[in-house]
Amino acid sequence: MIDQLTMYFSFPFVRYALIVGTLIALCSSLLGVTLVLKRFSFIGDGLSHVAFGAMAVAGVLGPVLRELKLRLGDSGFETGLASVMQFMIDNDMVFILPVTVLCAILLLRTGQNTRIKGDAAIAMISVGALAMGYMLLNLFPKSSNVSSDVCTSLFGSTSILTLTVTEVWLCVGLSLAVMVIFILFYNRIFAVTFDEDFARAAGTRVEAYNLLIAVVIAVIIVLAMNLVGSLLISALIIFPAISAMRMFRSFKGVTICSAVLSVSCALLGILISILAGTPVGSTIVAADIAAFLIFSILARLGAGARKA
Amino acid sequence: MAQLICKDLSLGYEGHAILSGLSFSVSAGDYLCIVGENGSGKSTLMKTILGLQKPLAGSIEWGGGLKNSEIGYLPQQTAVQRDFPATVWEIVLSGCQSRAGRRPFYSRQDKALARENMEKMDVTQFARRCYRELSGGQQQRVLLARALCATQKLLLLDEPVTGLDPKVTLELYQLIERLNRQDKVTVIMISHDISSAVRYASHILHIGQNVFFGPTGDYVHSELARPFLAAKGGQAQ
Repeated sequence: MIDQLTMYFSFPFVRYALIVGTLIALCSSLLGVTLVLKRFSFIGDGLSHVAFGAMAVAGVLGPVLRELKLRLGDSGFETGLASVMQFMIDNDMVFILPVTVLCAILLLRTGQNTRIKGDAAIAMISVGALAMGYMLLNLFPKSSNVSSDVCTSLFGSTSILTLTVTEVWLCVGLSLAVMVIFILFYNRIFAVTFDEDFARAAGTRVEAYNLLIAVVIAVIIVLAMNLVGSLLISALIIFPAISAMRMFRSFKGVTICSAVLSVSCALLGILISILAGTPVGSTIVAADIAAFLIFSILARLGAGARKA
Repeated sequence: MAQLICKDLSLGYEGHAILSGLSFSVSAGDYLCIVGENGSGKSTLMKTILGLQKPLAGSIEWGGGLKNSEIGYLPQQTAVQRDFPATVWEIVLSGCQSRAGRRPFYSRQDKALARENMEKMDVTQFARRCYRELSGGQQQRVLLARALCATQKLLLLDEPVTGLDPKVTLELYQLIERLNRQDKVTVIMISHDISSAVRYASHILHIGQNVFFGPTGDYVHSELARPFLAAKGGQAQ
């Protein structure tokens, strides 16, 4: 087994997958606690569907851009434009990220004003994006096998193993940005999560921080789409947080525990999927579910012991 | 010296006024109770004072060197807080938020202040305990300690004794009274409980169809108070 692993690790794409997977797992777990406690989980779920739709649109835009690029001349400006276009063709994320961030902001706005209508708005946007995305993928197929394309984007079956070097660096950069933002604003995020009204009365700009949280979530979702695909992202965000909340009683403890748990599950999931040939995304989620069950049982045993 | 002056306030939602022409002022060291029936606009008034909502008309002015971020607020508990994983220490320290300004982390002074206020509210022994495991009265004391980290001048309390048993209610009232008398903290409290309001407060603001504002002594003899105090006559003493 060790030999098999060493053999796999000699391939750069396996190492990339492991690095990116670890970083994404870490980021997604950080805000999971806040998301669960603020009852924002549904926004994460809605956004992942939006990201799927955006990816389908990006897939359509690719050939269009390629066509346009061919018609460009070779003056200085036009070659510059052509290289920008080539970059956009190669990296879907350039398009998916702003769209998802924009939707995050919209969803947060509607969600806060009127609770029930906000729920309906999120359901509408997420289901609409899913349907339109599937439609676009069928109308403008990237390859002859449409259902495998759809499967890849929904469940991320192979995308983590086909990352380009640019995508790896983009992932690393965005993950680091998410971590730095989280650490710098940790105390504020705590205050806003625990008691919005108190924070607002104390002069904290709560709306700004809610916006920050939504934008960071959008970034995480676009990143995580590579790892587990858009349908399974919520699991990556929510499971570690809920598991950690069973065992720990301080915000710091829960945050650290969910980060450690998420990274361990992601590493375990990737390794198992390489060795057993299972799909990466669902193997990671399976590991998260197993961790949740173990933590639930341990918490129950702990509670029983305390009462006795 | 007036810390808060409200002139001709009209309050309500979307242009529909619940209350209008409301004027009152709060001086340093006062203990003002805002009483009134459900739906009379108590919570709306509280939100307006806190700056969470704009008045339809009229003005709110802060005096005595008080900025509107220097209010210590004790909100009613929300569903989120009831199962929130956080230690008492983390919660009390989060009251130092407005003092921290642009600094991302809390300073040594912030932490010292948090410890001092925990001592004052007698919750130091719970510092490492989880908030959700405390009793209702202990939770309110933790939130009071947090509010004191945000201010030493003015506390705004929104129905602080809701859901507490009589013994704990009495203890909490005495604690708030001590803050008002000894530490000279101005207190503005929303309350259902008129008999206790009359007992502890220096001033009463009764809102509803008829409005009363003035010292508690005058309120007890007013027409407005009679039906409320008569109904609970025994407890008022």
